[in-house]
Amino acid sequence: MGERIEVTLTVNQRKRRAQVEPRLLLVDYLRHELGLKGTHVGCEQGACGACTVLLDGRTARSCLHFVAALDGAQIRTVEDVAPSPELLHPIQQAFHRQHALQCGYCTPGFVMTTLELLAGNPDPSQTAIRRALTNNLCRCTGYANIVKAVTAAGKALREGSQA
Amino acid sequence: MKPAPFALAQPDDLAGVLAALARHGEAARVLAGGQSLVPLMNLRLVRPAMLVSINRCAELAFTERRGDRLVLGALVRQAEAETHPLVRAHCPLLAAALPWLGPQATRNRGTLCGSLAHADPLAELPAVALALEADMLLASQAGERRLPASEFFQDALTTVLRPGEMVRAVAFQAQAGDERSAFLEIGNREHGFAVAGVAVRWRLEAERCAFARIAMLGAGPVACRVPAAEAAIVGRPLDAGAIAEVVEAARAAVAPPTDVHADADYRRHALGVLLARALRQGDGQWASGSR
Repeated sequence: MGERIEVTLTVNQRKRRAQVEPRLLLVDYLRHELGLKGTHVGCEQGACGACTVLLDGRTARSCLHFVAALDGAQIRTVEDVAPSPELLHPIQQAFHRQHALQCGYCTPGFVMTTLELLAGNPDPSQTAIRRALTNNLCRCTGYANIVKAVTAAGKALREGSQA
Repeated sequence: MKPAPFALAQPDDLAGVLAALARHGEAARVLAGGQSLVPLMNLRLVRPAMLVSINRCAELAFTERRGDRLVLGALVRQAEAETHPLVRAHCPLLAAALPWLGPQATRNRGTLCGSLAHADPLAELPAVALALEADMLLASQAGERRLPASEFFQDALTTVLRPGEMVRAVAFQAQAGDERSAFLEIGNREHGFAVAGVAVRWRLEAERCAFARIAMLGAGPVACRVPAAEAAIVGRPLDAGAIAEVVEAARAAVAPPTDVHADADYRRHALGVLLARALRQGDGQWASGSR
């Protein structure tokens, strides 16, 4: 097992201290130690995007990061996206309305990827949307409704309305 | 799967990193963004006993113009370089290639030097480094050595890096203001692994090609320059006839691999198509201008 490393990080605006084995992946820390199971484990090699979170404000694959090397980092997961337990974020609302999910396994990764896309480009073209989503895999929807949802979410956020 | 157990060192400066690398020799690997290394560790294709993180070494996060070179340190992330004004101004070919490296999420964390050191046979940056005649700045406790990229890449996933040594920085040749360049690739997914790609730069003088650098990925076991294609174009106007001949020369010179995604003949054909497109697309698109 070897030594444990102490880290302090902020997860969803809450300070967390942890003693971790160097090999502990961020996604496993979130799920198993913090119980934040909205972040899903897919391929564990960075290809599928299911485990996407925001790390210091930018998307990152949480299966490709060791918690021990993230001392001081700010993490945001899908649990911190909705404004309250009763309300959905406009992006989530758009995914709901546009039928952009079926089994939902990939959805948290798509939501986090969309957050970053729309933060940098509030009115992305269809090509820009498809480009941004290329490496998030969905095996249910065929993607058309996901692209529609991102388009609708961008519009809703620009207009400050619900998607 | 999960990685095999390892120990982690996180020195605050380059001296500390080099000391740790010297102490652990072949057992150690450098951890920068981890976007090439960690997938292999998760698959247990590699099991380093020791990781030496450079993420606390602020001194390695520099992008600077030095003479005719643009030098990027080992901690410069791919997404950062992509939008850096110095990269856009002096190495538009690099700026054009960076978005192809992978999804935004891995480019946010992955470094340029990490991708170069990993030397994946279908990676974009080795081809760009060859086309931009980059020098690799290698550091170890014994000192520093500087090698042209053409001598750095040996084979798939194999470079001249010695145990205890790391890529401290990469120094790309700055492109001249009147140079043209293009990076193009095809793959199964836009930001996924490439099947084949070309990194091309050239300069016209009095309507004739005065200078050309043509590098390819998917053309051999590791990215390579294609001198036969360069020779076929220099001194000629970039017209349809010349482009057809340079494509012919390139196809004759390369020895692409066959794998599950494409066979050698397909790659050879595709590389020619990409090269022709690059020469046509870059035509009229000045290096210092917009992409």
